[in-house]
Parts: sequence; structure tokens; C-alpha cells
Amino acid sequence: MRDTIIIGATLIDPEDGARSGHLIIRDGHIYDIVTDPVPDPEARFRALEQVDGRGLCLAPGIVDWGVQVGEPGARHKESLRSAGQAAAAGGVTTIVTRPDTDPVIDTPEILEFHARRAQADCVVRVHPMAALTKGRAGREMTEIAFLRDAGAVAFSDGLRVVENTRVYARALTYARSMGALVVAHVQEPSLSSGAVATHGAFATLRGLPSVHPLAERIGLDRDLALAEMTGVRLHIDQITTARALPRLERARAAGLDVTAGVSVHHLTLNEFDVGDWRTFFKLTPPLRSEDDRMAMVQAVADGTIDVICSMHTPQDEESKRLPFEQAASGAVGLETLLPAALRLVHGGHLTLSQLFRALSLNPARRLGLEGGRLQAGAPADLVLFDPDAPFVLDRETLRSKSRNTPFDGARMEGRVRGTWVAGRRVFGGADA
Amino acid sequence: MSFGAAHLLGIETLSPEDIVTLLDLADTHAESNRAGHPPRDVLAGLTQINMFFENSTRTQASFELAGKRLGADVMNMAMARSSVAKGETLIDTALTLNAMRPDLLVVRHHASGAVDLLAQKVQDCAVLNAGDGRHEHPTQALLDALTIRRARGRLHRLSIAICGDIAHSRVARSNLLLLGKMGNRLRLIGPPTLLPPGIADMGCEVFHDMNEGLAGVDVVMMLRLQKERMDGGFIPSEREYFHLYGLDAAKLAHAKPDAIVMHPGPMNRGVEIDGTIADDINRSVIQTQVEMGVAVRMAAMELLAANLRARRVEGDSRVGRAATEVRDA
Repeated sequence: MRDTIIIGATLIDPEDGARSGHLIIRDGHIYDIVTDPVPDPEARFRALEQVDGRGLCLAPGIVDWGVQVGEPGARHKESLRSAGQAAAAGGVTTIVTRPDTDPVIDTPEILEFHARRAQADCVVRVHPMAALTKGRAGREMTEIAFLRDAGAVAFSDGLRVVENTRVYARALTYARSMGALVVAHVQEPSLSSGAVATHGAFATLRGLPSVHPLAERIGLDRDLALAEMTGVRLHIDQITTARALPRLERARAAGLDVTAGVSVHHLTLNEFDVGDWRTFFKLTPPLRSEDDRMAMVQAVADGTIDVICSMHTPQDEESKRLPFEQAASGAVGLETLLPAALRLVHGGHLTLSQLFRALSLNPARRLGLEGGRLQAGAPADLVLFDPDAPFVLDRETLRSKSRNTPFDGARMEGRVRGTWVAGRRVFGGADA
Repeated sequence: MSFGAAHLLGIETLSPEDIVTLLDLADTHAESNRAGHPPRDVLAGLTQINMFFENSTRTQASFELAGKRLGADVMNMAMARSSVAKGETLIDTALTLNAMRPDLLVVRHHASGAVDLLAQKVQDCAVLNAGDGRHEHPTQALLDALTIRRARGRLHRLSIAICGDIAHSRVARSNLLLLGKMGNRLRLIGPPTLLPPGIADMGCEVFHDMNEGLAGVDVVMMLRLQKERMDGGFIPSEREYFHLYGLDAAKLAHAKPDAIVMHPGPMNRGVEIDGTIADDINRSVIQTQVEMGVAVRMAAMELLAANLRARRVEGDSRVGRAATEVRDA
């Protein structure tokens, strides 16, 4: 394969900031970055395959942590092929898949099936998470060592809380001894059971069962205490309420190995977006107040929250075309993660470097993956995008098999022009 | 006449003028009902289907009676034990209904927003919300308003207390919206476990002490306490609830001497209301509420049917114009 050079893009590195330059790809890796002015780069680099990046931004590919794919069990909602195409179109070069499949990814055999299917069909990198407890039932721990050896990068029961604290504490203690990373969903389960909205006047007016935002902090408090007790490496999948943040800061100050994420939906939408029971806005946890949303944006900016993810949750039309309480929860997000997150840049809350720290570098580091940087020697997982290109999202154009996006009809800015995984172009090119 | 809506889904979207229009017409129906000669031709030739996904004998009977008094062909579908139990979705139910071509559709459903969803999917048909989840029950609020207006002579600048299980009550929500729009002072009384979140932001005063809450009010609206809430989850026991929040003569003495007592029914005597208060013809307007229920539903269906017919005429003339244009082209 010929070496490729991306000419004249603004290079966004999460650590080094933004600068203009040329990036050379060789053998699946970033070979060199030329930032010194080069007069007439086309002539100088004529031996290389050239991509014109002028006026565009080039950043390390997004690592989307917590993607649900229906393999095994729900390929009609999302296959590894369709998820890969959606990811590539969204500038996502690594998807970290959730174990909440059917059957649950809780044995090395099912994990291997998933990994094999990913290898065969998916154009982006796939790193699966495995369940922490068998069947995600919260009773017995999974074979953490076998699963880790089979490629599980983290252990999680998805959006389910292990309610039995004794079972949970033992699983965490065991995971700690394996050095495994555990991903927790923090909600006090009996408070949040049946709730589809956040406590407040809006939920009351719409007549929806709601949960107090402090249910998140109660769940977080328990998990942080268990992290202290067991010493486990813990990642909280989503923090969505302001009142949980001081606990997270305190735990870090006390030296606990804890990180946290937030979905892009909780950064860009609030409870009022549900409007007249629009089920595409039904998420887990439910959308929060505007004050909470702004607190989450601030927490990403100041580093309290490490990771922005899409919590990509494909649901077919039938499961969403129901009364709000009965409709399935979750939204797709692989293709809208970047343009939605760019709202925070356009709004002046984050720089592009800060954004890609949360989208790429932090998740890669926490999961022990290469990538997340634009520097010589790093894997050539790259996204080339125009941060200002405006468009109106039409959900029918999404590549996901499920099109349950809350951004249908939304005005967005930021289009991906090219995506490379290990130096291979998987999106853009002649057609872009 | 200002009422131009296609459906009656909730009080939230009604203007004070809409409400007055509905109540004025309902007043005339109340009189004609009493005189025994309701206008039987108003809905003649129209089909009304009552779809109750949740059982309710009283509300369904009231809608049925209202339709029949105005000459509609009324049909009841007991959805609670029909195709829905076989797994049919609400959308499919709507498609089935479209094929049956009803004119008026009265719907009660256990999920908030479900009637709204159905209204989006049915064609050429007026939908009336007979209660959806904890969201709204607009005809109940309208009949309460009519009852108050007839008893107190006005529907503004009154001090009105709503007492009991407000958290789970669509009646309370619709009443809050309606009485608030008409410019009344609202007080909510109940144990904090039965008050919905964010209610203090809606411009009402909240009381946990019933005597304080009832002080000087013109209207006392009691709500039904569902049996399943009495098991210790929301309140410790029936007797403690009655002691604190049951309406009896001693508590009612804090209200204005001529304050009226209301209840949407069915009542739990000895739980939320003392039997002697409920039966006191000088204070209780509970029977009037039932009577006004029929009148209000007649008015709502008459106005919606008029709008439906107007839309159909417009549709016909549009079709006619299009045909003319095609012919002339």
C-alpha cells in the first residue's frame, strides 16, 4: 500500500493542541507529522497518495465506549456490519461493545463469536466488554480471567445494577485481583425502577413516573465505597446529575482509581426535549434538567468527567411506536456523536483538543488501547472533518439499521470527510 | 364561538375563551336535560366509539349517555379484554379504527400520552381524552368547573383546595390547569408522599396540614385514594389518613361557611370523606358533578363534531376545486 499524506489540515491533538501541518500514514501507523511550512506540498510529496485536508480538521479517531450491537440476538436492530459502517461515517474508529446482547456475552465462547463476527464484518476496531455477572442477573460472577484472555477490555452488566451488594463486592474483589476494569451503571435500583423521566414540574405535567436525580448519587456513593473497599479499577458509564459530581471529585482526591463518562445526549439535550411524549428522547437514565446538563458540560471541560460516549442503543420502530412509558429506551448515536459534541465547541464550552481528549484519548487510555494521539508511531486511526459544515439531520440517511435518533430534523454543524482505521480509509474518499 | 380544536386531549392546550365556550354550551345542555328535551339531532348520523383500555363504568356511562342524548350511534369497545390482550399495539388499533370510520372517539388509557399518540394516527375523527395515565382528564375538569360556576356564580378569583392523592391523579392535573387558567387561587393539601414532584413550581400553595390548607377556601375538592396506595407504601393506614386528611365537619369548619364540597367519585366513605359531609345537600355538590358530567360531554362532542363537519366540507370543496382545475387545464 502506498503511503498517504493528509495535506494542510488543522491537526487536533488532545495533548499538544491544534496546529497546522501534514500527516503521513505508513503501514497502518502515523509515520510522521510535518508542521514546518512546506512550500508547494503537492510537489514535494508527489510520491505519496495525497488527501487535501485544507480547511478541515484531523483528529485521532473516536473511541466510543458503550455501543450496543445486536450480535448475538438482535441483528435486525444492528449488526456488526451496520454498526461499523455507522461508526466509520461518524468518525468512530473503535467501538467498545456492550455485553447486553441475547444471549448475554458472559462466556468466552459467546465473546469469541462476537469477536469473530466483528473481525469478519466490521470496518472499525471492535473491543468487547463482557458481563460482570452471569446472564447479567446479579447473582454469580462471570469467568473474568477467561473472558479477559479472550479479549474483554472491561466488565459490565450494561444498564443493570448489581443489586445484591455482597455479590457485587465479591465480583469487584475478584476483578481487582485480575486487574480487570469494571464499568458500573449507577442508579439506586428501587428508586429508578419504572421511572421514565426526571423529577420535576415537566414530568408531573406530562404524567410520567419520574425518579429523583439523587438516585444517581445514591448509586454512585455505594459504588465508590465498594471501590474503596476492594481497590477495583472502576469506570462509571454515565454521570448525568450535578449533585453526583462532588462525590466523584472527592473519591479521586482520596486516591481511588475511578473515571466517569457521560452520553452526548445528556450533554446536548434536556428533559423538555421529550415534548409531547417523543419516545426517541426516552433514554436511560432519563434526560435531566438544564442545570444538570450545563453542570455536565462544565464537568467535561474541567476534566471531572473523562469520557463522552454515544451510548448507542439501537431500537426498531415497533419498540418506539408505543406510549412513552411502554416504549423501549435508548438512542442511536454513532453517526451523530461528533456533530452533537461539536455543539459544545461551537458554544464555546470546549476546545477541539478538550473534546478529543474526552472522545478519543481518555477512553483509549482507560481501556489500555493504543490511539487517542496524533503523533509519530501511533496507529493511523483518524477522522478528517469539517467542523463548521452545516446540515439538517435526516434520520433516513443513517447507516444504522435502527434510526431512533433524537436529532432527526435537527440543525447540526460538523461533517466527517474521511475516516481511517489502521491506515485504511473506511469512509470518505471519492464520494466525500 | 371560539372553539376550533380538532380533538379534546387536555386542558393544557385550551384557552380561557375555549373553556368559557364549552361551559356556556354545557349550561344550555344541562337545562335541556333537566327539561327532558335534549336536542336529539345534533349528532344524528355520527358514530361514537368509546374505547376504554382501563375500566370505568361511570365515565363510560356518562359519555354514552351524552352521545345518545344528542342522537349519536354509540358503541362501547371494552379494550381491557380484547385484541389488546392479544398483543395488538395502539398504532394497529388506530389503523383498525380508521377502517371503521368513527366520527367521535372517546378514549381512556392507562399510559400518559397514549390518547395523544392515538389522535395522531387516526384520520378524520375527533378524539376525546377520557383519562390517560396520570396526565389529564379534561372532561372531568370541565364538569368540575361548570359545577363550581353554577354553585358559586363565577369561575375566577376563588380560593380552591384540592386534597388527597394528587401525585397519581389526572383529575388533579387537569383541574390545576383549568382553574389556574381561569384565575383562581389554588391550594394543594396532602401528605408529601402523595404530592407530585415540582408541584410548588406550578403556582399553587402546598399544605400538609389540612386545617391550615382549608382556611377560608370557597371550594373543597376531594380526590379518591386508590386502595392500592393504602398498603403502607404511601400512607401508613386508612385510619391515620382519615384522621389527618379525611374531610369531616371539624376540618370543613375552617373553610368559608358556604364553601362547597366536591368529589370526582367513586367515594371511599370514611377514608377521604366523612359520609355525613358527602350527603349534606347544603355543602356537597357531588351529585351535581355527575349531572354536569353528561352536559359537559354533550357540549364537547357537539363542538368537536361541528369542527369535524366543517373540516369535511372544506375537504370536499378542496377536492371539488382540484377536480375543476384538472378539468379546466
